[in-house]
Amino acid sequence: MVRRIAAGLAGKAALAALCVPALAIVGPAACPAAAQDPQALDRAQVPADPLGSPMWEHHAAGLLTSGRILFDPRVAVRLPLLAENQHVFPVTVDARALEANGRPKVRRIVLLADLNPIPVAVDFTLHRAAPFLATRIKLDQRTPVRALVQTEDGTWHVGGQWIDAAGGGCSAPPVSRARGDWADHLGEARGAMWSAAEGPQLDGPVPPGGMARLRLAFRHPMDTGLVENIPPYFIESLKLRDAGGAVLAEMAIAASVAEDPAFTVIVPATGAVRFEAVDTGGLVFAGTVQP
Amino acid sequence: MSAAWACRRRAVLRGLVAGALAPALPGAALAERFAGAYDPQAEAIGDGLWLVRGADEPISFANGGAIANCAILASDDGAILFDPGASRGEGHALDALAKRLTGKAVARVYISHLHPDHALGAAAFAPAMVHALPATRAGLEREGEALADGMYRLLADWMKGTDLVLPRPDVRAGPLVFGGRSIELVALDGHTSGDLALIDHATGTLLAGDLVFHDRAPATPHADLAAWRAALDRLEALPHRLLVPGHGPPDASGRHHAIAQTRDWLGWLEETLRDCVKRGLDMGEAGEVPIPARFSGMKAARYELQRSVSHFYPAMEASLLPRL
Ligand SMILES: [Zn+2]
Repeated sequence: MVRRIAAGLAGKAALAALCVPALAIVGPAACPAAAQDPQALDRAQVPADPLGSPMWEHHAAGLLTSGRILFDPRVAVRLPLLAENQHVFPVTVDARALEANGRPKVRRIVLLADLNPIPVAVDFTLHRAAPFLATRIKLDQRTPVRALVQTEDGTWHVGGQWIDAAGGGCSAPPVSRARGDWADHLGEARGAMWSAAEGPQLDGPVPPGGMARLRLAFRHPMDTGLVENIPPYFIESLKLRDAGGAVLAEMAIAASVAEDPAFTVIVPATGAVRFEAVDTGGLVFAGTVQP
Repeated sequence: MSAAWACRRRAVLRGLVAGALAPALPGAALAERFAGAYDPQAEAIGDGLWLVRGADEPISFANGGAIANCAILASDDGAILFDPGASRGEGHALDALAKRLTGKAVARVYISHLHPDHALGAAAFAPAMVHALPATRAGLEREGEALADGMYRLLADWMKGTDLVLPRPDVRAGPLVFGGRSIELVALDGHTSGDLALIDHATGTLLAGDLVFHDRAPATPHADLAAWRAALDRLEALPHRLLVPGHGPPDASGRHHAIAQTRDWLGWLEETLRDCVKRGLDMGEAGEVPIPARFSGMKAARYELQRSVSHFYPAMEASLLPRL
């Protein structure tokens, strides 16, 4: 069961603290904590972009802390052939190949759409999760979509590709706003876990080696603030803990994640997983996913 | 149309040109700014009946949006056009072709359903001669401009002058004689909320619109899958010798091959997507599942599968993933 707690967080300082500092957002819907990282790179250190994006240097200098930067085919960013719905565009990031043969573990994945008005969608700190993330984002125009994946040795491994899209993903109102029923279901959570022990599913998406696939979806308008008369209002963090309270994974989330945000991650299969999502209004949506 | 409409369209065209001049933007072939000319080819498929085959592809600049099948029927009072194509240019080209084939210009246009590759060519004809089911008219009132915007974005110059012409919502199911030609109109739904089929009695031909796809994967942006399956049952029960699908080659098998194939795909699609939700796949992964070998001859299969994931998956998750 989900607990829905209206946690009145004390003012802007508390809100700002929920945003991971490196979640840099440009544009009018800037997150209150969108400060540039003090260790940000000099632009001269940024390697040329194989995708030829006009915003690559800017984003790299703003987002990537010190460390080597590699365009790395082991970072798979899988996208559909087309953006059928620019409000709900599926992205799958799979960087598990980086960890093969005892290579350094991945500690962070930043999901970036260069030309979106809110370029960073998710800043995922793995803790004990596998380097895998599937979610849906909004697209405002034709843009590169990429994953900036940092390993423990500090190196940034970058993968991505261009996707064509019609305008309006970030600057059109969400469907539930148009329907008017968004408040009736706010924060309702759905989800489940699939573990390797479930046999026949092993050939499919279930991860091996004591890990479990976890899916979580929330009802939330994820307002960007770019639509007239609707201020920004979105789930800005998600934390997963095991039954003992140890953090398994956490994400800073921006309003460029699609309405009714959904996340698929891979975490250790050590029993129930407790989740806690917090939105920019200070509401906490918490509950437990049983294995 | 209104000045605002024209302005927006011009802005779209400007945007494309600007994109083409911007440096280092690989991917889309943005050099394709100037459209060619439509050159529809007719194939006689019965006495006084011609089929104009669309390209069995997604809508693209290369095909000018001419992907839907159209049919031309001769009558004493002028040609009947079943689906006028995607743009004013395509509609004009079909009108000229009808005149060459039948000796008379188009006098009546039927729009099978609201999708832009079938409906927007109405811009080439006087609104009073364009007819559709009431649900199709209502759908075009609601979404026609947005659908046209999408087409302008993809097709740019091909769409020049294509203002939204709304059909008269006066099509009723039943038999009809037009210019001595005896036809039957069939009112269905499922591919969209209004799907018109037409039977030409002289030739025993069923023009099925997009309720039937043949060797080309079905598109589902407005689909109600249960209603669509019911409509396929209705079509199968209608006596006909030849079936013209909305996309793909005509079916003269006499064994309802195209109807069965459409039904098979829709069933596979629904079952597969539900299974993907139950197995814990996210949307992107669901669009990557293997497509069975029996559909290997189907054009645009992966493309339409991924579109269908977008159309159906969030609602399936909302019903199949457990509440926490
Ligand atoms: Zn259609």
